[in-house]
Amino acid sequence: MASFGNAFSSSIGKKLIMGITGLFLVLFLIVHCFINALIFINDGGLTFNIGAHFMATNWLIRAGEIVLFVGLIAHIVQGARLTFQNQAARPVKYAVSNGNANSKWYSRSMGLLGTLLLIFLIVHLSNFWVVSRFTGIPTTDANGHEDLFAVMKETFKNIWIVVLYVLAMVSLAYHLLHGFSSAFQTLGWNHKKYTPLIKGVGVWYSIIIALLFALMPIAIYAGFIN
Amino acid sequence: MSTGNMNLTLKVWRQKNNIAKGSLVDYKLSNISPDMSFLEMFDVLNEGLVDKGEEPVVFDHDCREGICGACSMFINGQPHGPLQGVTTCQLHMRSFKDGDTIVVEPWRAKAFPVIKDLMVDRTAFDRVIAAGGFISVNTGNAQDANNLPIPKVKADSAFEAAACIGCGACVATCKNASAMLFVSAKISQLAQLPQGQPERYRRVQSMVSQMDAEGFGNCTNTGACEAECPKGISLENIARMNRDFYSAKFVSEEEV
Repeated sequence: MASFGNAFSSSIGKKLIMGITGLFLVLFLIVHCFINALIFINDGGLTFNIGAHFMATNWLIRAGEIVLFVGLIAHIVQGARLTFQNQAARPVKYAVSNGNANSKWYSRSMGLLGTLLLIFLIVHLSNFWVVSRFTGIPTTDANGHEDLFAVMKETFKNIWIVVLYVLAMVSLAYHLLHGFSSAFQTLGWNHKKYTPLIKGVGVWYSIIIALLFALMPIAIYAGFIN
Repeated sequence: MSTGNMNLTLKVWRQKNNIAKGSLVDYKLSNISPDMSFLEMFDVLNEGLVDKGEEPVVFDHDCREGICGACSMFINGQPHGPLQGVTTCQLHMRSFKDGDTIVVEPWRAKAFPVIKDLMVDRTAFDRVIAAGGFISVNTGNAQDANNLPIPKVKADSAFEAAACIGCGACVATCKNASAMLFVSAKISQLAQLPQGQPERYRRVQSMVSQMDAEGFGNCTNTGACEAECPKGISLENIARMNRDFYSAKFVSEEEV
């Protein structure tokens, strides 16, 4: 019987998993960023809470959440495995290595940037996801929806949380700056007509997503949004 | 020819054999001509060492005209030194300044164990080629040109991939010691030509399996290999190899 063999366990297969899960997370970030950006309407979080309520109650979204966690964990586990394997592929390090002569620092630091993002993610999930899914949101807004915006305002009163979030978004920007176009290359989508477009979209995507996310805690802490 | 006028400090990796622990050893060189090639400078160093009754530095070299792929040397943190598109033998001392300190190390990868000093064992590449980097047909007499119609762009692209000399600079410079640029070039030179088609999907599976078995790292698309390759092998080849690999694994019914 024919099987897929080492389709996923080979070096290219492992990259394939990183690429597919990475692009899936790229799509997730668009949705996450769009809904969160509703706070910029500055209506006391009413519109944002409608979005949050929909995301929390729609069964399709809840099912998608499971897929999201599977994808996220696969990306993290596979990324860690690749990082360790790649380090083992050069047991004796160079005394002098001039990496900046031939590649970008962030493309060589995906493991480090990913680890920083993982630390952020643990804090981030305990700040919001655990509250909205398990411990419960204490207050409701004028529409009678759970007031997730109030939780945001409370969380971002702490300057250190704001600093952590902003630093994490810098890591995210650099992680995406390499990850976005790298995923397409791994999938074999290298084409003279499309690759320049993919690279351009990747740069804009990384900057816009990270900037919008970073502006949220800053705007709330500074009181631009209430 | 201009006369020698450069004084240099070399820090060269010395290692007795595969199991011995190596270290960087300092050598002072004076009166080096800027017109010397990097390897000629090493010849001068070695003559001096032999005169003093010391062991000369062992390094790989053969044609010394940039086409055989024998020379290696990781110079000041870059394979084949600071210039783009040249091998160590085609690097000249005019690329350095008088008084420079130059650090010279061997290629470093688990799959390229050091034999002695700057010489490493690159037979892992040979085994990857032996796994499938060929076509199994009797060549017979040479055919007339253009017997097999091949579009010019394809022929050029295959030829560009075939320019790979297998020196291993891609592995040496890759932070993951990945051999994907080399393997993808050897796959691409055949995958784009009619002669390579019958074994195309067997080839990619066998060669990738052998590459993994040799202990090379995994590609993370940093692009360092492409930037350092003395023959300008493109990352497009890695994407092509990935596509062929997916086709082989998910579309082809043939198992390897």
